[in-house]
Amino acid sequence: MKVSDLNKFDEFSLLSDDKDTEITGVFCCDLLSIAMGKAPSGSAWVTVMANVNTLAVASLTDVACIILAEGTTFDSTLIDKAKEEGIAVYKTDLPIFDAALLVKNSL
Amino acid sequence: MAELMELNYTVSNEDFTRAGEASSDVKKKLKQLGVSPDAIRKVAIALYEGEINMIIHAYGGKIKVTISEDAITLILADKGPGIADIEKAMQAGYSTAPDKVRSLGFGAGMGLPNMKKNSDQMDIKTELGVGTTVTMVINI
Repeated sequence: MKVSDLNKFDEFSLLSDDKDTEITGVFCCDLLSIAMGKAPSGSAWVTVMANVNTLAVASLTDVACIILAEGTTFDSTLIDKAKEEGIAVYKTDLPIFDAALLVKNSL
Repeated sequence: MAELMELNYTVSNEDFTRAGEASSDVKKKLKQLGVSPDAIRKVAIALYEGEINMIIHAYGGKIKVTISEDAITLILADKGPGIADIEKAMQAGYSTAPDKVRSLGFGAGMGLPNMKKNSDQMDIKTELGVGTTVTMVINI
């Protein structure tokens, strides 16, 4: 499944720009220090941690996209930064597990 | 071993919004040079953790990145408080980071262990009240 295929789900709303990168797995973690070391490149990273460092970690680990769960979101400054850096960011009201499962079951 | 490029950065104190600027820039340059994605990821992680450490603990500092044909050397030097117990600091899960930092998703005590894991050689020189210099070498 490609990142842009997430647009088909009512549960996910796109905050930045989507892309055609293939999602190769799903990764869940809120501690950025752990995500930094462990997030596989190409994965959809599901987290509730929504700050500027989330973007930095996503960019450095080359995850396919960020999915902000539990209704967390980015402000307009962070959305602009995500667009600038070419990072696809989605948000959802689903809990982390359910969001991750939805993506995983569609891979 | 011929030196191909040297990059220098300054990390400012307590500025979490700019954390990762040096690592992003180095990552871009290594991509342009055609370095393998594996090595780039290691450098990016090791350097970002170092940047975060300098912001949390050491009032900022200086980073020097040297790229040669077979290795990338990262030297992170600060004039911070120094590390009282390196052995403890190297243990995964041990952290002296304040709550403010934890609320941002850091402070899990993974910084130095992640740096070590992602580098082929790591050396820490530290003196209390004087500062710390971490040197990491990643083979390419």
